[in-house]
Parts: sequence; C-alpha cells; structure tokens
Amino acid sequence: MLHIVNKSPFDHKTLETCLRFTRQGAAVLLIEDGVYAAGTGTAVTKVVEEALKNVSIYALEPDLAARGMQNRVIAGVRLVDYGGFVDLVAEHNAVQSWL
Amino acid sequence: MEEAHGVIKKFLYVNRKAPYGSIYALESLEVVLIGAAFEQEVSLAFVGDGVYQLAKGQDTKGLAMKNFSPTFRALEDYDVTRLYVEEEALQARGLTAADLVVPVELVSAPRMAEIMEGHDVILSF
Repeated sequence: MLHIVNKSPFDHKTLETCLRFTRQGAAVLLIEDGVYAAGTGTAVTKVVEEALKNVSIYALEPDLAARGMQNRVIAGVRLVDYGGFVDLVAEHNAVQSWL
Repeated sequence: MEEAHGVIKKFLYVNRKAPYGSIYALESLEVVLIGAAFEQEVSLAFVGDGVYQLAKGQDTKGLAMKNFSPTFRALEDYDVTRLYVEEEALQARGLTAADLVVPVELVSAPRMAEIMEGHDVILSF
C-alpha cells in the first residue's frame, strides 16, 4: 500500500492518522504541505523517525524546494520527482490518499 | 492634508497558513499591498504554519506557481515595517529568525494576543 499525505502535520492530524494504519513495509509519500513533516528539528521529527523503522517514507522534491525545505530533510526520507511519484503509484497494489 | 485622506486605522493581517498548499497566503499578501496603498497603518503577524511563508530558499520552478516570498522584502517600500512572528511556532518547525527572508520581531503567543488587541481591523488568513 502507498499512502499519500498532503497536509501539514502542524495544522492537521492527517499524518498521525495515516501512520496509525500503516503496516510494516508500506510506503508513505509526502506531497504539498505534507512535506513539512520531512523536516529536521521540528516538533514531529521524532514521529517520522520512529515511523521510518517500519515504513518507507518519500517526499516530493519539487514541493520541498518550493517551500525552501530542500536542505533540511530527515535522514532516511527519500526524495522523488514527479517520475518517481508515478513509479511509486505503479509499484504498489493500492494507493490511499489521506486528503 | 492628512485629514483629506480620512481616518487612518491600524490594520493587522494575521497569516496562519503555509504558502503553496492553498491560495490564502498569496491572497493575504495581495490585500496587504492594497491596504498599504490606501495609506493605512499596516502590520503583519505570522502564526502557526504562517511562519513558513517567510522561509528562505523557496524555489517554485517545479510547481509552475509564483514564488511570492521576495515580495515580503519589498514591503518596506510600502512603509510596512512591523512583522511579528510567533516564536513558539518557529521553534516547533525547527526554524530560527536567521531562516527567514526578512527581519522580524519574534513574539510569544501572549504578546501576540496583546498586539492583536492593539489593532482596529484584523484580517486573518
């Protein structure tokens, strides 16, 4: 399963809810304001680092760059471009967008 | 001459949302510039995710959207010089004043509440 989160973790509970339903080996893709969760030194950094032990976490690079967050990404979070986004969707049997 | 322009009110624009996930941040900035053009006393507040609007290094080429963060640097030309940033919000996001595109005044939430009380008109985005 690929989970897609597009909301800021500081303004919404979306990421928290998503992570409650991710199973071992699942993938989480952060896009739009969701990419703020990928930042180092924030109030949710620990939550994401903990999640990385069980799931793969990706962040959409153009969304990080737009927000000036491209140089403060948690180690272990993998960056993808739009092509990588498509690959992730194609690789997984199902996609859940946590709008 | 001042009287010919009518009453000058103190306007506070409260920015609470991150810059590109919705249109609020850009629209707020547009209204700020209009208010300033009408020679009102304009101040800006950034709270919660709104502090992200001021983050340095924004590059929107990959999004086909306008990077409006440089506009904050032009506010001085409109005599908009009071930018208040909620210090706790900045800290929670791993940012410091040095990570922002313009000089700001860092204030606590209680101090921000005081600032809000001190204005005649508050527009919250």
